[in-house]
Amino acid sequence: MSLLEIRNVTRRFGDYTAVDNVSISVETGEFFTLLGPSGCGKTTLLRMIAGFDLPDSGQILLDGKDMVGTPPEKRPVHTVFQTYALFPHMTVADNIAFPLKMAGKTPQDIKNRVGEALDSVRLPEFGNRFPHELSGGQKQRVAFARGLVNRPRLLLLDEPLGALDAKLREEMQIELINLQKEVGVTFVFVTHAQNEALALSHRIAVMNHGNVEQIDEPSKIYGFPRNRFVADFIGKISMMNAQVVEATPSHLKLNVGELGEVITAGREGIKAGDDGMMAIRPEQVRISHPSEEPRLKNHFVGKVHDFLYIGDVTTYIVELSNGAYIEALLPNSSPGRATFFEVGDEVGVSWRHDAGIFLND
Amino acid sequence: MRRGNIWLWSMAVLIYAFLYIPLAIVVLYSFNDSRLNAEWVGFTLSWYQALFNNTEMLTAARNSLIIAFSASLGATVLGTMAGLAIHRYKLKVLPILVFTPVAMPEILLGVSLLLFFLQVLNLTLGMVSIIIAHTTFCIGFVAIIVRARLQGMDESLFEAARDLGASRWQTFRLVTLPLIMPAVVAGALMSFTLSIDDFVITFFTKGVGEPILPIQIYTMIKVAVTPEVNAISTLLMLLTLVMIIIAARLESRASSGRVKMPREIVKQ
Repeated sequence: MSLLEIRNVTRRFGDYTAVDNVSISVETGEFFTLLGPSGCGKTTLLRMIAGFDLPDSGQILLDGKDMVGTPPEKRPVHTVFQTYALFPHMTVADNIAFPLKMAGKTPQDIKNRVGEALDSVRLPEFGNRFPHELSGGQKQRVAFARGLVNRPRLLLLDEPLGALDAKLREEMQIELINLQKEVGVTFVFVTHAQNEALALSHRIAVMNHGNVEQIDEPSKIYGFPRNRFVADFIGKISMMNAQVVEATPSHLKLNVGELGEVITAGREGIKAGDDGMMAIRPEQVRISHPSEEPRLKNHFVGKVHDFLYIGDVTTYIVELSNGAYIEALLPNSSPGRATFFEVGDEVGVSWRHDAGIFLND
Repeated sequence: MRRGNIWLWSMAVLIYAFLYIPLAIVVLYSFNDSRLNAEWVGFTLSWYQALFNNTEMLTAARNSLIIAFSASLGATVLGTMAGLAIHRYKLKVLPILVFTPVAMPEILLGVSLLLFFLQVLNLTLGMVSIIIAHTTFCIGFVAIIVRARLQGMDESLFEAARDLGASRWQTFRLVTLPLIMPAVVAGALMSFTLSIDDFVITFFTKGVGEPILPIQIYTMIKVAVTPEVNAISTLLMLLTLVMIIIAARLESRASSGRVKMPREIVKQ
């Protein structure tokens, strides 16, 4: 039995359907992420799990028990809010003690567990401080400690890293993964940042317009997006109109408009004659001098349209003979500008026969 | 530039002089050793002494304090509830209902309360009717202050309390009330000062028996503006000033102070 089961949940606000017949199950110990652009319904779903909002139809089961009718304070679910929501009139220790007091724990027990919680987020000396005396990252850690101290069955995290700067955010991501491993509490994490979702999660549910587009582990979401929305939302991808010429389980032969034949990985449910898109990630595209012998199945020539030097890599935008643009990443591993192409240069682009994917919706 | 500054300064001085010189004269003459408010003769505290021997005046002061305490207590409880309700339930008619008495001309409120007490409640006018009347017009002030405080606060604080296991009542007691406390106290002090010097509504809703301070003062000056009136006015002024200073400090702390949203939060 799954720890959390969301069954056919729908939530409407007037004419607007925020969550549309969504079904998700989350296993015990999992780090599960709801990922999507703002307005996709991920926060509404989270609020319904916490008990701040109720579904119009469908069920939310925790340990097999229907949660509808159970108020938020009675659910074994705690939330880390985007704004941290630390009580400003209480010290850090009192903030962390709050859920324990509400659960009726003894003063001795509370003292011990608050101490442990402070240690676990590496803030042992901060018990007597007030929230306004803490930095953003410290507040964040106190919020984690408060959410975890009473060992909820489920910890909900509503874009908890959204307010931190990039450097600190990366540190907190690693800390969050370790914390989750340590305490073994199931996490349901909401974010609109795809890289954060990929880095942290065991599984991701990509949401759009109140629907779940795909539920998979990060590598599958990134490597085998089910449709155009997922492909486009997660990472960078170049897409071209294509038609299936030949379909086998191992590979697809596509006809890409005015460019020619492209071989991609096989996909279930695709047959010859299907219309759709050929999609390829920039890091899978190799860029080379046109004189170089083509070693990969898919090889085309084009002209450098533009490039972006971003330190570790350079992104080239190459215009192909059919007028379509394709992006290629070149790691800047060699010193200086050894293999640097300029705008207007003739280049070859190529990728493996199993690298690209075909998307039909 | 310089000339403009001088202009600005003299305007400011004039305006403040206009506001405060009459008050200063009252204070000054309360210490004047002469029955006439005409010329300075010498310093004395005898008018204060006379005041404390004037039983009617003392009764009036006691009555006014009882009324102000009771009315501000009632108005604070009801006004806080009203402020919370206006904030929570986005019902458009609610703020209009609560805030209207604040803007209503006092004479209108006085007349309507008088009619209500006599013809609907069949109440004998006295302390009780004055307390009810004062409570009525103070509720709106408390509600405005409490609601303003709530508007500046992060909604997720209250959700966090519920989420972490607090019932509705525990959330109110442990989180909401401590957070709005500066506003509640400011509202109470405001109500107290409004009640203690209210003339119009008190005039309409008072009975014949008990003297009330502002009305007692009015009756005294009908005869003559004695230094005794100056003395009581000075005391009243002092009390109001203290209350206003405390209320203002609490209010500014309520809207800025240490209870603050983290600045780095930018809502997407």
